[in-house]
Amino acid sequence: MIGWLQPERVGRAVRGFLSDLGRAARMLGYLFALGGKAFARPRLVADQLHFLGNYSLAIIAVSGLFVGFVLGLQGYYILQRYGSSEALGLMVALSLVRELGPVVTALLFAGRAGTSLTAEIGLMKAGEQLTAMEMMAVDPVQRVLAPRFWAGIIAMPLLAAVFSSVGIIGGWIVGVVMIGVDGGAFWSQMQAGVDVWSDVGNGVIKSFVFGVTVSFIALWQGFEAKPTPEGVSRATTRTVVVASLAVLGLDFMLTAWMFSI
Amino acid sequence: MPQSRHDVWVGLFVLLGGAALLFLALQAGNLLSLSFEDTYRVQARFDNIGGLKPRSAVRSAGVVVGRVESITFDDQTYQASVTLSLERRFAFPKDSSAKILTAGLLGEQYIGLEPGAEEQTLVAGDVITQTQSAVVLENLISQFLFNRAAEAGDGASRP
Repeated sequence: MIGWLQPERVGRAVRGFLSDLGRAARMLGYLFALGGKAFARPRLVADQLHFLGNYSLAIIAVSGLFVGFVLGLQGYYILQRYGSSEALGLMVALSLVRELGPVVTALLFAGRAGTSLTAEIGLMKAGEQLTAMEMMAVDPVQRVLAPRFWAGIIAMPLLAAVFSSVGIIGGWIVGVVMIGVDGGAFWSQMQAGVDVWSDVGNGVIKSFVFGVTVSFIALWQGFEAKPTPEGVSRATTRTVVVASLAVLGLDFMLTAWMFSI
Repeated sequence: MPQSRHDVWVGLFVLLGGAALLFLALQAGNLLSLSFEDTYRVQARFDNIGGLKPRSAVRSAGVVVGRVESITFDDQTYQASVTLSLERRFAFPKDSSAKILTAGLLGEQYIGLEPGAEEQTLVAGDVITQTQSAVVLENLISQFLFNRAAEAGDGASRP
């Protein structure tokens, strides 16, 4: 009944967790160290960039547009109560560039690209392709994981920038074209209030960090998956859960660190 | 050669991302208004800066002529010492005065620079002595209330 409370089981679980964490950290360091080697064969990175970036573009752009629409509507509804609907552009731009752009992109990226990474690596492992590579003295981490990792890091900030830009245009469509907020005030308030380095720059840093987080979690889950169909499916689920939680938690920390005055 | 077709699309993706970044920087963030003009720094001391912040605008006749560089507290005079960086191409008389003004009713605060009449112009390191502090709403209200109370007191004692 309380079998799981036996001390040796708890101890084993804690030790297992710690050693998993240690191996994950070592793998992360190794992937970063492999940066130079990954770019020595840019073809591999470019192929992955095509797979992770281009195929995610449609979902990112469409989501960005709709998030921008909603921000425009809700923002107008709130701001016009205080008679300052001209600040709509500023509100839309700040919330997209600072928070929603990086975070929502990372969540979508985890769902769209992270899962496919996990499934691909997991199936490679299940099919013993990774072992076969090792037999041929090819390092699977360098050949398979590193290009995907670096492609994810490159793709995320670009996707987040696309998301924010499309979102701002969405807010403009709803606010200026449909509702009739003054277009000049929309842009000029935005330009007066958004700082290139502290807002746009920090947003880019955020999306970069999320790119590292999501790509690494996806690859790690695939690499550590049990080599069975069930194991791969569980790893894929875990990728989405862990990556989403990590992104949201990290976002809080990054926001507290960047925008605290 | 399916590889080379990939390359085009990857290039397009990177280009699109770069364009989006550029859009954010230029259209949303207004990178171009970051002036890379030569500037010179002058100091101004205020009794109260209200909500002035570093990077707030310095305007003269409504035109932005510089930015607030930094704000520090001087514990000798108990005043705020504000460093302004003004664009080199604009020269102001030495006896110009600085006011802290508010854009709109509840808008951002900025420094209004009003030119004086002297021949000599401000140079780097000068201190603007004629300043007017920010209007603090609470002070205004309490002043108003005191005045009303004083008037009421006068009215009561007169007859």
